[in-house]
Amino acid sequence: MTPIRIQNLTKNYAGKPAVAGVSFEVQAGETYALLGPNGAGKTTTIEILEGYRRRDGGEVSVLGADPGVQGNGLRERIGIVLQTTALEPELTVEETVTNFRSFYPNPHSVGEVLELVDLGFASATRVKALSGGQQRRLEIGLGLIGNPDLVFLDEPTTGLDPDARRNIWNLVLELNAMGKTILLSSHYMDEVEALAHRLAVLVDGKIKAEGSPQSLRDQHGAYTEVRFYLGERPLPESFPPALRKIIHTERGWVIFEVPNPTPFLADLTNWSFKEQFELPHLSVTQPSLEEIYLNPTRGRRGAARNSKQAEI
Amino acid sequence: MLLLRQTQHQLTLFLRRPAAVFFVVAMPLIMFLVFVILFGNELIPETEITTAQFYAPALAVFGAVMACYTYLAISTATSRDQGVLKRIRGTPLKPAIYIWARILAVTVIAIAAALLVMVVGNLFFGVAFYPEKLPMALISLFLGCLSFAGLGMMVCAFCQTSDTVQAVTSATVLPLAFLSDVFIRPFRDVPVWVTWIADTFPLKHFSLAFGHAFRSDMGGSGFVWAGGEETYTALPRLAIMLAWGVAGAFIAAKLFKWDPKGEI
Ligand SMILES: Nc1ncnc2c1ncn2[C@@H]1O[C@H](COP(=O)(O)OP(=O)(O)OP(=O)(O)O)[C@@H](O)[C@H]1O
Ligand SMILES: [Mg+2]
Repeated sequence: MTPIRIQNLTKNYAGKPAVAGVSFEVQAGETYALLGPNGAGKTTTIEILEGYRRRDGGEVSVLGADPGVQGNGLRERIGIVLQTTALEPELTVEETVTNFRSFYPNPHSVGEVLELVDLGFASATRVKALSGGQQRRLEIGLGLIGNPDLVFLDEPTTGLDPDARRNIWNLVLELNAMGKTILLSSHYMDEVEALAHRLAVLVDGKIKAEGSPQSLRDQHGAYTEVRFYLGERPLPESFPPALRKIIHTERGWVIFEVPNPTPFLADLTNWSFKEQFELPHLSVTQPSLEEIYLNPTRGRRGAARNSKQAEI
Repeated sequence: MLLLRQTQHQLTLFLRRPAAVFFVVAMPLIMFLVFVILFGNELIPETEITTAQFYAPALAVFGAVMACYTYLAISTATSRDQGVLKRIRGTPLKPAIYIWARILAVTVIAIAAALLVMVVGNLFFGVAFYPEKLPMALISLFLGCLSFAGLGMMVCAFCQTSDTVQAVTSATVLPLAFLSDVFIRPFRDVPVWVTWIADTFPLKHFSLAFGHAFRSDMGGSGFVWAGGEETYTALPRLAIMLAWGVAGAFIAAKLFKWDPKGEI
């Protein structure tokens, strides 16, 4: 059975679409990521699957049930980590987990879970004394205590420092190794690449691309960006006209986006060498998926649209 | 079992909130001591009861209302603000068990707060108990707790945040406490509209259904629907109070949201 199956899901808030026809499936044992900027519809999608919100249209099945109808039977089998922290600050770590444990028919032991989320040392610590990363790990522990088949992680690492993020990444990888199916959301491509088997890029309530991180790179990372810094200076007259045609500038940077960088770089450096013209801060990069989809002011199409064409 | 566990859970939370413990348990006792010392523990003019005999049950009722109405509403709204209610709703715990546990917990706290004032009154200020009226006193206290819990849940359901709940509970309890024989001993020459307001709202009925059980000048066990000034008549008062409580609970059940921004 496919743990998550969504077809043509739609959801409006006061007539404004937040999710506009989203379809995807998550296979058993898979880690699937929703990647998208603020307001893309990630939380809305996830909370419809968790049963917190009602959908306006489309078909949804979670572990074979409809989360809009099915109640406790489904809740016994899913683990939830909400986007915003929801803990009782007065309790200790152990009390918190013990309390949640009592809700489930077939739970893990408290010790097991605390060890898994690496909070065994803090079991007697009050929740309010935990760091942000530790609180997040505790919430993941609460998501796991019921021994769920399917775990929802809504932005598990937002607001954490790089160390704490790594920590959570390792935890998510461990969950996957335990055979859990995971649906997570994120703003960061590096996170999705590290954790997910497949992802959907969600923008404005629509899926813009779907596939494995590698396949998305192959499809969309086809342009290489070459840039150097010119500042206020003009380009010399001798700059090759063929290259000049594909230029655009941005705050003193001269930027080219080319499908095949090798011959282009040969031409550029050849000219620079001949003319003894330095190319300060010369760099060659591939735009990341985030730049392509998530940040409309950068990336190939965005850059062409947003910075004025050079008139040098 | 789950219900008891959850009740205990809520009691643990309460005990770890010093401000709540102070306002619900200590405040009524302190006010009792202040009133008795301020007015002197003598016979109240034109009555046969002492200051302490009047104020002990009155402030016991006040403590119960602080627990079941004010604290229940504010703490539930705070949990909702914290996202705790939403998170709980995503577990298989039955919502009704969770809410009943909160209500049972505040009832336990209310009875403890009331008992504290009564026992201190009895031990140090000669407050008398009358065995034939005690059963009705206990019934009144228990039903009062449930009724005010229903109203507390209603306020919580009406308001979006714990700040508003705090404002609404204070704005309702404090003025009414002055009109409902809680903070001020009954006196004769009040404007009729004041009496009318006080008789409409449930607090006065709670304070008198419980308070009249501690009056030597009132006879009977309270289990009567009608009687003169000399009779302890609790049933009509309990009926009015329960009507408020049931209405509040009904509205709360209709409006209550576990996730203020969501749909459940
Ligand atoms: N309860 C709500 N009422 C009205 N509009 C809402 C509500 N929840 C979300 N929206 C709107 O729906 C859109 C999608 O929001 P959603 O929270 O699903 O985005 P998201 O991808 O999770 O964003 P973020 O990365 O900021 O968490 C946004 O435009 C948001 O303003
Ligand atoms: Mg979100």
